[in-house]
Amino acid sequence: MSEPPIIKVRSLTKTYQVGEVAVHALRGVDLDIRKGEFAAIIGASGSGKSTLFHILGGLTPMTTGTVQLNGRDMAGMTNAERTELRKTTVGFVFQKYNLLPTLSAEDNIRIVQYIGGRDTVFDPAFQEILKLLGITDRMKHKPRALSGGQQQRVAIARGLVNSPAILLADEPTGNLDSENSAAVLKLIKDLNRRLGQTILMITHDADAASYADRIVKMRDGRIV
Amino acid sequence: MLNKLIFANLGHRPVRTLLSVLAIAVEVTMILTLVGVSHGTLDQSAQRARGVGADIWFRPPGSSAIGLSSAPMSDKIPALLMKEPHVTFAMGTMVQPLSGFDAMTGLDLDDFRRLNGGFHYLKGGPLVNDNDVVVDEYYAQQKKLHVGDTLNLVNHDWKLVGIIESGKLSRICVKLPMLQTLTGNPGHLSQIFLKVDDPKDAQSVVDALRVKYHGYQIYTMEEFTSMLSISNVGMLKSFIGVVIGVAVIVGFIVVFMAMYTAVLERTREIGILKAVGGSSGLILNILFRETLLLALLGSVVGILLTYGTQWLMKHAVPASLVQETVYGWWPIATGIAVVGALLGAIVPGIKAVKQDVTEALSYE
Ligand SMILES: Nc1ncnc2c1ncn2[C@@H]1O[C@H](COP(=O)(O)OP(=O)(O)OP(=O)(O)O)[C@@H](O)[C@H]1O
Ligand SMILES: [Mg+2]
Repeated sequence: MSEPPIIKVRSLTKTYQVGEVAVHALRGVDLDIRKGEFAAIIGASGSGKSTLFHILGGLTPMTTGTVQLNGRDMAGMTNAERTELRKTTVGFVFQKYNLLPTLSAEDNIRIVQYIGGRDTVFDPAFQEILKLLGITDRMKHKPRALSGGQQQRVAIARGLVNSPAILLADEPTGNLDSENSAAVLKLIKDLNRRLGQTILMITHDADAASYADRIVKMRDGRIV
Repeated sequence: MLNKLIFANLGHRPVRTLLSVLAIAVEVTMILTLVGVSHGTLDQSAQRARGVGADIWFRPPGSSAIGLSSAPMSDKIPALLMKEPHVTFAMGTMVQPLSGFDAMTGLDLDDFRRLNGGFHYLKGGPLVNDNDVVVDEYYAQQKKLHVGDTLNLVNHDWKLVGIIESGKLSRICVKLPMLQTLTGNPGHLSQIFLKVDDPKDAQSVVDALRVKYHGYQIYTMEEFTSMLSISNVGMLKSFIGVVIGVAVIVGFIVVFMAMYTAVLERTREIGILKAVGGSSGLILNILFRETLLLALLGSVVGILLTYGTQWLMKHAVPASLVQETVYGWWPIATGIAVVGALLGAIVPGIKAVKQDVTEALSYE
């Protein structure tokens, strides 16, 4: 327990200015995530889960507070620095899969590898991941030809291809039926167990959260 | 890897891609056809001038190289010029401009024969009566004329008596006094052709004549034909400039529309690329490569289309418009298309770069 947390959040606030109105999405969040941990953040709609996800992933700047990600301070990061962070340190899994529709499953993964500046062969470790996800025979298909569960597995593979320090998942099973949800959640847990992959998953579903090692509850922009 | 995405993008909207390529192709064809016609027309003029077989060309003051002036010189001048040293022969003709690039020439066939052996008649024969006219093969083809036909030019009915081989002096020739009378210029000439005893001395004869006939435009045939280039004809030069300007604007608008709709449509995809760490540079790189590909494809199609317009002109209007293939302009026209297209991609590119990632990802 002497190792510093891979995610360290202190007094984080985020305020959206919508015209005259200030929306306080995060009102002072404190959170530590240890390396290799599989944590779930659960909370009602509007409690600020996605906002936290966007800030941790470097998709949106924070308003005040400190966030350390893999030892790097995120406060005051420029756009370009956050882009670099997304390229190297975090992988994303979204509720809506977000695959590029014109590319095959394989090319969806390869283009992320290309952007990450890696060579475009899949190393044996990643081949293992593909096998684990059970999508090796679906790689030549376009997203349209894949089921929701298959698309989400491709998206998970894409999120891991550049070996990010942290995998962030926002409602990864939100669009899946219960059977597919269970399968995907089991895979996520497997990836955490076998690879020691740090995973932070956001959900409003207690069943989904129960797969995690630790459950963090959020309400009205605070951890409770 | 990027190229794969670009081809996938272009293939995803085949109609838009095709229309963009076609529009750029039309732009390129427009430029190449105009340049080709300019070159062709000037080269034909030069060839016909050379075909006269004269060494020196003598025109009244204030006329331009291809200007189609009427007849401001006295027909006493040829006789005077013939008395000049080294000048062996002088022939005056009168040029009457017709519509478009056409012009008819009044001449004395005996003089013309002395100058260069005369016309070669493909059909019929020389001018005999005052109302006779001969035309060249291309003019006959374009106007579907046959020997014996009547044709009305400068408000007069002429009888077509001969079809001549193209490339000498003019496409339409009649007797000089007849044209002078009809156009109200009796005893006047538009140009005089001179022959000298030794063609090598032509330049020195010209120099001497320039002193004596101050203000007249006097050139060796070589000088004259080399003047028949686009850069020497102000009107053509500015016309080509205008067409290039229009072409660039067309290319700009087309690519602007195509890329703007593409960026709107791909809001989510662009958001995804950014989310996984794609930089602004990468997004622009993709858009500009896509644009470049459209422009290059369009240029190739445009160059091919030029052969179509060439064929069309050869068969529809062989006498008025001659289009040459000017290879030197292929890269220029392509460059113009590329510049217009890249300019058109700038604003869509900025829009793509500015898009907020989280908003883009929640975009339906
Ligand atoms: N871009 C934005 N502009 C303005 N307000 C926003 C924006 N994004 C989120 N909010 C507001 O911030 C608050 C938290 O939203 P957030 O999306 O983080 O909640 P959530 O916990 O993810 O909810 P859900 O479970 O519905 O996804 C909400 O009140 C929301 O309306
Ligand atoms: Mg949410």
